Amino acid sequence: MRHKLLSNHNPVGYLYSLPWILNFVIFILFPMGMSLFYSFTDFDLLSSPKWIGLDNFVRMFTRDKYYMLAVKTTLHYVVWAVPVRLITALLIATLLSGKHKLVSIYRTAMYIPSIIGNSVAMAITWRYLFGYDGAVNQLLMSLGLLTDKIGWITNPKFAAGTLIILSGWQFGSAMLIFLAGIKNIPGTYYEAAIVDGANPVQRYLHITLPMLSPVILYNVIMGIISAFMIFTQCMLITGGGPMRLTTYYNYYLYQQAFVNFDMGYASAMAWVMLVVIAAITALIFKFSGKWVYYEAEG
Amino acid sequence: MAKRARLRSVAFHAFCILVSLISIYPILWLFKSSLTESSKMFLQTAQLFPDHWEFSNYVKGWKGIGGISFAIFFKNTIFITVLHTIGILASSSLVAYGITRIKFRGQKLVFSSMIVSMLLPAQVTMVSSYILFYKIGWVNTYLPLIVPGWLGSPFHIFLLMQFCRSLPKQLDEAATIDGCNSFGIFTRIILPLMGPALVTAGIFAFYFSWNDFMGPLLYLSQARTFPLSMALRLFADPESVTDWGAMFSMQFLSIIPCLLVFFIFQKRIVEGIQTTGLKG
Repeated sequence: MRHKLLSNHNPVGYLYSLPWILNFVIFILFPMGMSLFYSFTDFDLLSSPKWIGLDNFVRMFTRDKYYMLAVKTTLHYVVWAVPVRLITALLIATLLSGKHKLVSIYRTAMYIPSIIGNSVAMAITWRYLFGYDGAVNQLLMSLGLLTDKIGWITNPKFAAGTLIILSGWQFGSAMLIFLAGIKNIPGTYYEAAIVDGANPVQRYLHITLPMLSPVILYNVIMGIISAFMIFTQCMLITGGGPMRLTTYYNYYLYQQAFVNFDMGYASAMAWVMLVVIAAITALIFKFSGKWVYYEAEG
Repeated sequence: MAKRARLRSVAFHAFCILVSLISIYPILWLFKSSLTESSKMFLQTAQLFPDHWEFSNYVKGWKGIGGISFAIFFKNTIFITVLHTIGILASSSLVAYGITRIKFRGQKLVFSSMIVSMLLPAQVTMVSSYILFYKIGWVNTYLPLIVPGWLGSPFHIFLLMQFCRSLPKQLDEAATIDGCNSFGIFTRIILPLMGPALVTAGIFAFYFSWNDFMGPLLYLSQARTFPLSMALRLFADPESVTDWGAMFSMQFLSIIPCLLVFFIFQKRIVEGIQTTGLKG
């Protein structure tokens, strides 16, 4: 037994994995440990960190009203942006899963926003498209859908929505993942259901959705994590405003660290965020047993 | 019955065309605006054809900001992107080969560390990574944007691993019998076969690096060293921008490489999204 274990172990493997092991230790583990340490200190980068215990965390939840605002607005963004993007992606993937000649052209057009949507150029474009004198207002007014111009970026009622629309516009990569999932469902399942007299809606609800549920779970988790990280868009399009309503968590953290040079406080914020995201992910996994269907291996 | 099917088909295509148009409208709009005279920029802004194509926008835009031409910003971006992409491919293929083809203790641990890193929100390490780079004097250099990639990136390793797994093990065995060592197997057999997967991984690395804004924002402060993302932000500063046409022309120019890569390698990109997405 011992001999077998040894013969299966080739230390050369470490050599090949070394780049990643170094990366993980130097750029992930070590910074994480350091930021945990900094989160208990007052640290402005120039003088040495001063231990202040739990004060950063106390400040977050009791004295810093902007912090709680950032938490609220970020949760609002996540709760809207993730479903808007994923439901759009799922609906369109369902529509495009049939065989039509033009499908690949549609798919290409709809996927382009995912490729360039996170660039600075597109954020700036969005700022002008949704500007007061921008194309969106002009289009809606010429179609008669709007009588007065809307301040999409400056009006507190609409600014967050404008960023959510931008996120929804980039539904392409989630759509591609859904499409691949739908194509992987064996055709025999549908044939059997047709023999049993199931209509298209029943087939969708009882075959497509359950078979797709692991892919949906994956997209939900990745979607939530990336929505929490929104940064470029709120910095460049809304500048965090109006009335700090789009100063999302990550942007506020950046301001604390690199505008106020409050590195300790920013580190504490980062750790709270990590715990929250980990808790949300764990909860989703815990309850995923109820709706995610895994095919038995074999 | 046939009439109903026809109606459904028309509705389907009408809907798809509408969604496709919404998807590409902002890009077409940016293209149009890059060729519109600045003084007329917001008059008929929704339409996609200007009365007059103002090509001089590109000449004016190329001159850049504060005497620094866009030639420099493009050069900086290409420099960072090329070095970062080469580094990611070299290191990630090595790691992917090691994890899939060689058995060693702790293999599973190495793999789990990659999955954890993929899920980890970047801002958790952002502040202390900055402090680390600050202390070793790498702030205001390109090193923080390039060096981590040379140590492999979990996403790219994962993508290449999926591909490595599909290659038959008999290749390695035959090569071992012929006296090839593991590095020889990697460079002479696996790496050449990995070609298509390397292209896909390279495309994703290119997109990340080309569009990266957070990294340059943290680590670069001198305009001369800016990549496009930072230069474009400076160029579009709402308080100082006056020549809209010139500004939009450079915004559009910056996404042309992304669009070109997309149209050339579309199939690879779609496959890449689907393999990593599905099996993540």
